Amino acid sequence: MSHMLEINDLSVTFGGLHALKDLNFHVDEGEIVGVIGPNGAGKTTFFNMISGMVTPSSGEILFEGESMIGLDPNQVTQRGISRTFQNVRLFANMTILENVMVAQHCRTKQGVFGSLFNTGAFRKEEQEIREHGEKVLGFFGSRLIGYRLDQPASVLSYANRRRLEIARAMATKPRLLLLDEPVAGMNPKESAELTELIGRLRSEWGFTIVMIEHDMNVVRDVSDRVVCLDHGETLAQGSFEEVSSDPDVIEAYLGRPLEKQS
Amino acid sequence: MTAIASNPDVTPELEHVKKGAFDFDIKAATKSGHILGLALIFVCLAGMPVGLNDRMLITPVLSLGYLSLLWLPLLLGWLSGNEKVLEGMATTKRGGRDIVRGALIGLIGGLGLSLLIMLLDWFDLRDPLVNWSPQLAELLHFDRSYAFGWFAWPILCATLGALGAGLHVVGPKLRKALVSTLLTVLTFAVFETFIVDIFDFLDDLIYDKQGGLTVISAIIIAAVSFALSLFGGGRAISGARASYRAATGSAKTTQTATLIFVSALALIIIPMVTGKITQELLANIGIFLLLALGLNIVVGLAGILDLGYVAFFAVGGYTTAVLTSPNRGPAWPEWFPTLPWWGALIVTVIVCALVGLFIGAPVIRMRGDYLAIVTLGFGEIIRILFLSDWLGGYFNAAQGITNVPAADFGFAQVKGTDPRSVFYLVLVFAAISIYVSWRLERSRLGRSWMAIREDESVAEAMGINTVNMKLMAFVVGAVLASFSGAIFAAKVGSIFPTSFLILVSVIILVVVIVGGMGNILGVIVGAAVLIGVLGGPKQPGLLAEFSEYKLLIYGALLVVMMLQRPEGLVPNVRRSRELHQDEFLQDAWLKGEVDTDDDDPGVVGDGPEGALA
Repeated sequence: MSHMLEINDLSVTFGGLHALKDLNFHVDEGEIVGVIGPNGAGKTTFFNMISGMVTPSSGEILFEGESMIGLDPNQVTQRGISRTFQNVRLFANMTILENVMVAQHCRTKQGVFGSLFNTGAFRKEEQEIREHGEKVLGFFGSRLIGYRLDQPASVLSYANRRRLEIARAMATKPRLLLLDEPVAGMNPKESAELTELIGRLRSEWGFTIVMIEHDMNVVRDVSDRVVCLDHGETLAQGSFEEVSSDPDVIEAYLGRPLEKQS
Repeated sequence: MTAIASNPDVTPELEHVKKGAFDFDIKAATKSGHILGLALIFVCLAGMPVGLNDRMLITPVLSLGYLSLLWLPLLLGWLSGNEKVLEGMATTKRGGRDIVRGALIGLIGGLGLSLLIMLLDWFDLRDPLVNWSPQLAELLHFDRSYAFGWFAWPILCATLGALGAGLHVVGPKLRKALVSTLLTVLTFAVFETFIVDIFDFLDDLIYDKQGGLTVISAIIIAAVSFALSLFGGGRAISGARASYRAATGSAKTTQTATLIFVSALALIIIPMVTGKITQELLANIGIFLLLALGLNIVVGLAGILDLGYVAFFAVGGYTTAVLTSPNRGPAWPEWFPTLPWWGALIVTVIVCALVGLFIGAPVIRMRGDYLAIVTLGFGEIIRILFLSDWLGGYFNAAQGITNVPAADFGFAQVKGTDPRSVFYLVLVFAAISIYVSWRLERSRLGRSWMAIREDESVAEAMGINTVNMKLMAFVVGAVLASFSGAIFAAKVGSIFPTSFLILVSVIILVVVIVGGMGNILGVIVGAAVLIGVLGGPKQPGLLAEFSEYKLLIYGALLVVMMLQRPEGLVPNVRRSRELHQDEFLQDAWLKGEVDTDDDDPGVVGDGPEGALA
């Protein structure tokens, strides 16, 4: 059976540094895959490469059977892969609604003509963009809607900025969602809530999800499968229990156990 | 803080800090005095007093030359008394202290001029400093003895400094009246040419035969404006403004529509009643407004710093000239058509859009500084191509293309000798450009430009084809500039490479920045203020006397704006948020709009009630 996203023997080098080395990875439709690994393991490079921001030096990326090598980030998003950023990068001076409206750019098509003459098609499309935006924001309860819609994103609290970033990625109507540390900086209660929402992203919205996360509770609770990266290489793959008990993984996180002194 | 703690009954807003007459920051005042002295000497050596001395404002008391010096101590005296009042902070009580400070600043500044008088007497530095002249010395000691000058300037400047500072001491109502009186008299005096141009009959009534207000008429104008501003004048305006601000929803839409309708009507009627000078001025403002609106899309919305925008103006002007003039270069083939102006306009728009694509395609992939430098280069390349001998057969090199015919619309002819017709043509195109900017800003394209301006790589990751979108902004900007170029060709009747210096790009950019980047109204205000008052690169403005110092004033204005109000006169709401992020967040916090990390998602509106309204 063919995978939704398939990565074969993929390497990325920056100068002499192997950020990723002969990586093999796959995601099936409807899966939630957790990517873990110590700092500098190449997790974010892995995301940058899937989303087209970094060009791999060798190997292949297949999304639904088509090669993604050489596509611009906007074309990758167009094909149905959307992402969030580890250090939240919202359009801070645009309103919350505008943030999710602008993310629907590649799913809409009205150009100069429609905007200038305010055609029926233009009005209909604007209406749809707005409705979809509000629907996506509504996923997070009342936090991002109501009077907040017209406030700039910069007034939001840290946790809400993270939520808005997920909403913005959802607004691009992806099939595969890449979440880069979605609960970083959140308190336990907030991260528990978001964990539940990530599960609902799959069950209600039908997204397939790849998630980088350091919080092992979150990884354990939502992941069907866990991949551990270290030094740009796959260290272990499998269920959370398998990976978390893998000696190589423990070593990568905690270091080598001391040899018996003699 | 201790006062508040020890005396809880006194609210901090009501408490004034009392101080003695000399209890102020002498160091700061001395510094302002030195700045004043340097500014006065600079103005002298820039040649303003001598150059403008023949232009009388109030005959025979005050000339523009003296005014160029006298306003400085007044302004610095006023500024020295300014203090930033924050909510909950104690204010200082105004009084003799302010006046003493103002006088001290003026005194130090005036001593600077005394020093200059002495130096003028002792040394001859005319070689490096062209304005180091006996005329300057004569002017500075008021045609009397040197000693008179030495003492007169410190006393005069100290008095003016004290008066400027004294404005803080008098009540707000009286202050407003005094300031508006001063400004009214100066307006009547400085803008004499235009006031006469609009109201013929005033010429003999209030102005002297040699120019300038007569003393009596100056006093009458001052008295009338003082009385008007003290007793209720201007209240109607501020009341209307308040009600406009307070209006919401459909009421606001109606009011805005009325406002636009009234201003459009005024713009149509005004040129009918004014003389040629005003019409010419309005036409020039319009031509530069068209350019500024186009650049506003490129810089203000999409964030592409284009320093070579004049290229599109040049291409627009030359294309129209080549297509309409019989004097175009000899190298054009026989079959090349000569079109009427409107036909040429269509071709011009297409050509400019193509040139925009052609220049934009390589440039647009760059970012930030690199892009700015490359556009600067392209701006010059285009001008030099028109100037070159290589294309001389087509564009006549430095001789330019002359005899560009008037734009003939059957019912009207638009030509330079009839500035009113030019103005109406410009008005039509300005309306089109404003409409285009307004619609695009509120569309899918406008949103994507904003996103690109905010963070280009994230915009790209969110599915926006940034290269195409930026290119589109570039081309829309080029098309708007082509309108301006086409009208310019018909207005001036001849096109030379020197009309398209890099200075034009700079001035349009300054118009956009000073007016308010990304705000259509701001750009209109910027064009009216800068091009209208100071004048364009070659076109005189209201202050035609200052044309020699135009660039100096442009530079000074830009520096002041960048320091005091970087978001422009009429700011775009996003830009001011960006530039004043801290203050904005503080305000939001005070209003309770800042969000807290609530744990309960079910609570609607974690802000206070006010935020919902």
